[in-house]
Amino acid sequence: MSWLVHYNYWIVIVLMMIGLYLVMARHILPRKIIGLNVFQTSVFVLFISMGAVNDASAPILAEGITQYANPLPHVLILTAIVVGVSTTSLALALIVRINEAYGTIDEERIHQIDEED
Amino acid sequence: MEHLPILQVVIPLVLAPLCLLLVRQAWLIALVGSVSSLVCATFLLAGILENGSSNYYVGGWEPPWGIALSLDIVGGFIVLLVSLIATLVVAWAHHSIEDEIRDDQVNLFWCMFMLCLTGSFGIVVTGDAFNIFVFLEVSSLSTYTMIALGKDRRALTASFQYLVMGTVGATFILIAVGLLYMMTGTLNMADLAERLPALRDTSTVRAAFAFLTVGVSLKIALFPLHQWLPNAYTFAPSAVTAFLAATATKVSLYVLLRFFYTVFGADFVFDELHVDYLLLPLSLLAIFIASTVAVYQEDLKRILAYSSVAQIGYLTLGIALANSKGLTATIVHMFNHGLIKGGLFLAVGGICLRLGSTRLSDLKGAGRAMPWTMGAIVIGGCSLIGIPLTVGFISKWYLIIAALEAQMWYIAVAIVIASMIAVAYVWRIVETLYFQEGETTFREVPLYMLLPTWILIVLLVWLGVDTDLTVGIAERAAQSLLGIQL
Repeated sequence: MSWLVHYNYWIVIVLMMIGLYLVMARHILPRKIIGLNVFQTSVFVLFISMGAVNDASAPILAEGITQYANPLPHVLILTAIVVGVSTTSLALALIVRINEAYGTIDEERIHQIDEED
Repeated sequence: MEHLPILQVVIPLVLAPLCLLLVRQAWLIALVGSVSSLVCATFLLAGILENGSSNYYVGGWEPPWGIALSLDIVGGFIVLLVSLIATLVVAWAHHSIEDEIRDDQVNLFWCMFMLCLTGSFGIVVTGDAFNIFVFLEVSSLSTYTMIALGKDRRALTASFQYLVMGTVGATFILIAVGLLYMMTGTLNMADLAERLPALRDTSTVRAAFAFLTVGVSLKIALFPLHQWLPNAYTFAPSAVTAFLAATATKVSLYVLLRFFYTVFGADFVFDELHVDYLLLPLSLLAIFIASTVAVYQEDLKRILAYSSVAQIGYLTLGIALANSKGLTATIVHMFNHGLIKGGLFLAVGGICLRLGSTRLSDLKGAGRAMPWTMGAIVIGGCSLIGIPLTVGFISKWYLIIAALEAQMWYIAVAIVIASMIAVAYVWRIVETLYFQEGETTFREVPLYMLLPTWILIVLLVWLGVDTDLTVGIAERAAQSLLGIQL
């Protein structure tokens, strides 16, 4: 079962595909955003996985700890999470405005309305 | 003087919150910000032309501990383009923005504009791969906001679509940066370039390259990843369209150039992976399909938007030809296309202000009522086609030389045929403006709006005649990217 050793990377790939599928296949706008979030989260897991070191603790200065995980990916991902949160909030704000302007958050319905104009 | 690279980013960043606080002076602050970044960029480029490149360590921390800012000639050139366009757009937009955006949002708009400028400069000046992702998101998020401020409600859906595609693209870049860090243990681009050659046969590095190329292609709207562009350009406020069309895709293309040539190396990209096999057909498809679609559009902004997609095809075509002439053509066209589209969209913004519409059916005979604005559109259109004495001709001339040098004469023929399609859509505009009868009761736009437009138009004729400046810089830039010693 050697291919299971790096099971976290398999999780990353599965999450990534689920996320991208949701972004493409859903036509209710908030669901697209949920898909986008799942997709971004998979990348966070990817970064955290690669910072991990076997039998190591968290990168905290304390007695008796010599092996610790690489903290740089954690820092990068903190930044990426902030970016992800702001993207999500902007997207949700846009959805609210779209709902005010069109009276629906269904992409297909919006296309219909646009074509009728 | 040594702090110029970081000043380039810090000036707009500091002025952005000021726009929030000083509600009434927001426009003036934005103007000060963009003028000072133009001054900064001029000195920066002059310095780079003298020394070949510019390196700066933020906070005095040397890499690998600190973040390095590093700029080569292409970078300096792009920073100059972005700040020049920003200055002209801000000077032009005072009236237009107040007309198109709700009163209580005007200062918020300028805040976003400053942040977008921060992001664009940041992408170019940084020497750190992760910084590129962060600055890309800074400029993208502010761009989504600015597009959503358009008058038409379709601006909201256009912005949403761009947000979804842009975020997927940016996340792809993030994945690529992660994979590269995994293999090399560094984020500094100079170090990456040093350590990658030993690792280039690993599938991780190749996957990183693939993710990066697709992610950046989404941001530069390379065909067939361009779906977000036409709607975003059509429904955004006029000033935003002018700024985006002239700068946003160029900045993203610069990221591609930087990774292709300085990080991965041209031999890896072209000789080993043969990206040109993919890039060449996609560029040709972009040029032909987007130009043809442009012919059938009913809205002036939309015609120009599709023409932008086609012009991006020319930009990537230069890269795909994989020789130094082609790269020169790409770099010179990045600058030239920025001037052309900036000038055209500023003129279109003037029409938008006076008529409230850019549909061709509303523009019949408008050439007689607004001679200066429409004159700008005609000259800009000629430059899009590539008529001699305009910058468009210079770009195409170098592309054709590059195609012949690569012994691909059919590409040269394709470029000429594609220019004929450009004649068709430009002629449609000209015919509507001058040869059709219609209402012509509106006035010419005020002088301070004509002036920025005409500065760009004069520049594109001047640089079309006197090519030493732009082509000279582009040639040196191409040589430095390819690592040819002068």
